Amino acid sequence: MSAVAQPILRVEDLHIWFDLAGGGELHAVQGVTFELKPGERMGLVGESGCGKTTTILGIMGLLPPSASIAGRIELEGEEILAKGEESIAPHRWNDIAMVFQGAMNAFNPVQRIGDQIAEPMELHGTATGKTAKAQVRELLELVGIAGSRADRYPHEFSGGMRQRAAIALALACQPKVLLADEPTTALDVMVQAQILELLLRLTRDLGLSLILVTHDLPVVAQLCDRAAVMYAGEIVEMGDTQTLYHDPRHPYTRMLFAATPDLLGDDDVLSIPGAPPRLDHEIVGCPFQPRCDSAFEPCPTVHPRRIELGAGREAMCHLNDPTATEAVS
Amino acid sequence: MSTAETLLEVEDLVTRYPVPRGFVGAVRREPKLQVHAVEGVTFKVAPGEMLALVGESGCGKTTTAQSVVRMVENDSGSIRFRGQELSGLGPSDMRPLRKDIQMIYQDPYESLDPRFSVRDTIEEPLLIHGVKMSGDDRETKVREAMERAGLTPPDLYIERYPHELSGGQRQRVAIAASLVLDPKLLVADEPVSMLDVSVRAGILRLLDSLRADGMGILMITHDLSTAAHFADRIAVMYLGRIVEEGPAKEVVRNPQHPYTKALISVVPKRDPRQQTEPQILQGETPNPVHVPAGCRFHPRCPIAEERCKQIDPELHRAEASNTDDHRAACIMV
Amino acid sequence: MSLDQPLQSAEGLELGTTPEDAAGLGSGRRPSFIRQAVITQPQAIVGLAVLGFFVLVALVGPALLSQDPKTKVGPVFGHPSAEWPLGLDGGGANMIPLLIAGARVSLEVGFLAALVAMFIGGSVGLASGFFGGRIDTVLMRFTDYILVIPDIPLMVMAAALFGRSLRNIIIIIGIIYWTSTARLIRAQVLSVRERVYVKRSRSLGAGNNRLIFKHILPQVAPLLIANMVLMVALAIFAETFIAFLGLGDPSAISWGKLIENAFTDHAVLNDAWWAILWPGVCVTLVILACTMVGQSMEDALNPRLRVGHLSVNRFRVRVLPRKPPKP
Repeated sequence: MSAVAQPILRVEDLHIWFDLAGGGELHAVQGVTFELKPGERMGLVGESGCGKTTTILGIMGLLPPSASIAGRIELEGEEILAKGEESIAPHRWNDIAMVFQGAMNAFNPVQRIGDQIAEPMELHGTATGKTAKAQVRELLELVGIAGSRADRYPHEFSGGMRQRAAIALALACQPKVLLADEPTTALDVMVQAQILELLLRLTRDLGLSLILVTHDLPVVAQLCDRAAVMYAGEIVEMGDTQTLYHDPRHPYTRMLFAATPDLLGDDDVLSIPGAPPRLDHEIVGCPFQPRCDSAFEPCPTVHPRRIELGAGREAMCHLNDPTATEAVS
Repeated sequence: MSTAETLLEVEDLVTRYPVPRGFVGAVRREPKLQVHAVEGVTFKVAPGEMLALVGESGCGKTTTAQSVVRMVENDSGSIRFRGQELSGLGPSDMRPLRKDIQMIYQDPYESLDPRFSVRDTIEEPLLIHGVKMSGDDRETKVREAMERAGLTPPDLYIERYPHELSGGQRQRVAIAASLVLDPKLLVADEPVSMLDVSVRAGILRLLDSLRADGMGILMITHDLSTAAHFADRIAVMYLGRIVEEGPAKEVVRNPQHPYTKALISVVPKRDPRQQTEPQILQGETPNPVHVPAGCRFHPRCPIAEERCKQIDPELHRAEASNTDDHRAACIMV
Repeated sequence: MSLDQPLQSAEGLELGTTPEDAAGLGSGRRPSFIRQAVITQPQAIVGLAVLGFFVLVALVGPALLSQDPKTKVGPVFGHPSAEWPLGLDGGGANMIPLLIAGARVSLEVGFLAALVAMFIGGSVGLASGFFGGRIDTVLMRFTDYILVIPDIPLMVMAAALFGRSLRNIIIIIGIIYWTSTARLIRAQVLSVRERVYVKRSRSLGAGNNRLIFKHILPQVAPLLIANMVLMVALAIFAETFIAFLGLGDPSAISWGKLIENAFTDHAVLNDAWWAILWPGVCVTLVILACTMVGQSMEDALNPRLRVGHLSVNRFRVRVLPRKPPKP
């Protein structure tokens, strides 16, 4: 990867709101900014409610009518968000595709797997008839399923194989970016290993760029080069996975690692008291402050800035902000 | 480990499920198939000890737990609780014992009746067992159980309904409901797998403190890391059998059975630098309806030999084990 | 110290439930589906209003009548006028008091018959779903037999055999229409029975009584009520139909009877449309109202049937003013 490679996907200041039934809105994604380079594997990590799934649904333009979105999304330098559905639709599946959470259970039980994988090809006009059939077989082989199984029905596949088929479905129109939402969460650890190995192979052999959304830190540590940690709709820390583990700059990142038991380690496993904040009113100060073990003077009242700590490394925490720490001392 | 009498002793437990043939199958006289969920499992749980039954889906760990609490009838084998044989016991004989053996379920979102308040849920066991108490005494017991389960102050939660509680809180309510009868043995089926990471440790530490107070805990989990940290002993299951068992840290750091070795190699580690070379087994766990002959693991085993197709191994102390009670069911170790 | 507070974030959205669940926080209130139904669907309010009106008329109306509604007050088939806004029937009686009396009878029969159907259907469904096995098979076969019998010939036969009193009519309607309820309730009970909290109670040692009456019935009750409302509509129609065929209680005034009377008195020949139309309109309105209320109740019980998350991509794009960098 050349050092000056253009990012294939650039998200800038992305905001997503949902209208609430009783009036008011839920500010689910609050100013998310990141870049994805070609062939890169990036993890988007966080617990339930942090906005990670909403973020990638926003990138795909798959939001419900109660949603509104703002910000910039650039695909290979081209702005795709400006006109909403109109500008995103042409890129959906052709350039950016997604493996949804629970995709392995979302196959039509009365349609053959091969036909379901061919469907996006036909819808997007990339291939039809015999060509489509041939491409489907190739795709299945690519994800590790025998091509002859294209004529089978979903119930004849095991869970792991259906997840591979879901990945094949996402690759049907040869996208450049793959968004995977909890692709291994419901799978056994051995099958998980197979799927992670598949994703690794796809990014290496096809030059595919990957965003992996998950709550499972060790999975990100194993598969991804970089990761962004999300909390309350914002990215609170971002960097390459090694530095994130060995030198976390945001207390949430550190505490999240501490809450994850390591197979061979001896450290105590900690829990994080409290719960994430409500996102239906504006948050004053740092959103993590009520649960933080290192909160100090500015934290309850001043929202932290995004501090750049080096190439592709940043943290949104006053502890990293020289002006904030100075003011206190 | 406590030297008191063994709390739970399971020996050669066998539980099978019939596979429904359907009308067509019956007419065509297809053979009656069975799911060999549990095929001869033996283990003990002592007071103050946590045993983790670990394995992937289809290994039989959940069925084992259900057999122990008698939600499912076992086909053969013995289940002895404090010396008393449970297997074959009728419902009315079983009833008084149900106070002493409680189960915690995986799904906190489904284990509470949405129409019962927290108080109703925790009080119910007392009402079911007709414990002779006044309403005030029951209220005290309920509050005590809530405090024990970490739902403090009780006033904050006691009137709430499940939809007003988070996943972690619901699980604590379920735990409180099982504590209210002072059980001796707790069977926890994947108690934290549906909870957020930041909440898991709280629940697991609660279970750990119950264990420290003398309760025996049988924990079912697919997560080896959790088992390694919180359990005293681990038993690894595959296709209805225990293939390896021993002290938790020993099994995880010095695995002997090829299946355990493979599992441990593929579990992702927290530290990106410390990822082990994953030994990924081909295919998936075979259907428990058709169990391979000989060693159940031989079709996927990286070190299998010819004789593995004929011999069904017993658990024995492996050569490289560090302790006597670390045993593996493999003829190669 | 490791306590978590109630869910207050966008989790609901990511897991596919509504934002309302995520942001809302009750305070010790039981989840109520009736409130849900009414709040989310205007048709429920309209239906309730119309139904309420007729129920009021049925309850209070007859007490306000100063004389027997069948009293002749004018010419046979008198035209609607200022004095008799809805006209006169074939016996010269004022339509309005007749309709009021008819409301009492029609609604009474409708509700009571629905109650009978509910009771039989609910019990059969509950027993069938809960016990399963042989009991289930026997009860469901029995249900099938009843389902297959054509209702109108049965009603005719029953009327002929047992006499034409209101009480018999109520029983007959109830006996014919319980089957769909039984099926519905059985399906619901089958699914509730498998819920973890029921299994938990059972593993605690709860007896069947406790499981059925404390856990399953409360869960099934909303569906039973919603179904009953729809059943009322059906029962009122059935009563109207029976009366129209001349099989109703000869001494009772119901809307169906009014229509039947109109026909036997040759209203059509006399162009006396008002003798037929008003009772028909009343029946239609009540049935519509019941259907609207019952339907919205059933909708409220099935929130997943609402618009899917990915079905319509019409999200809105906002332009945020460029914020000045934070100080």
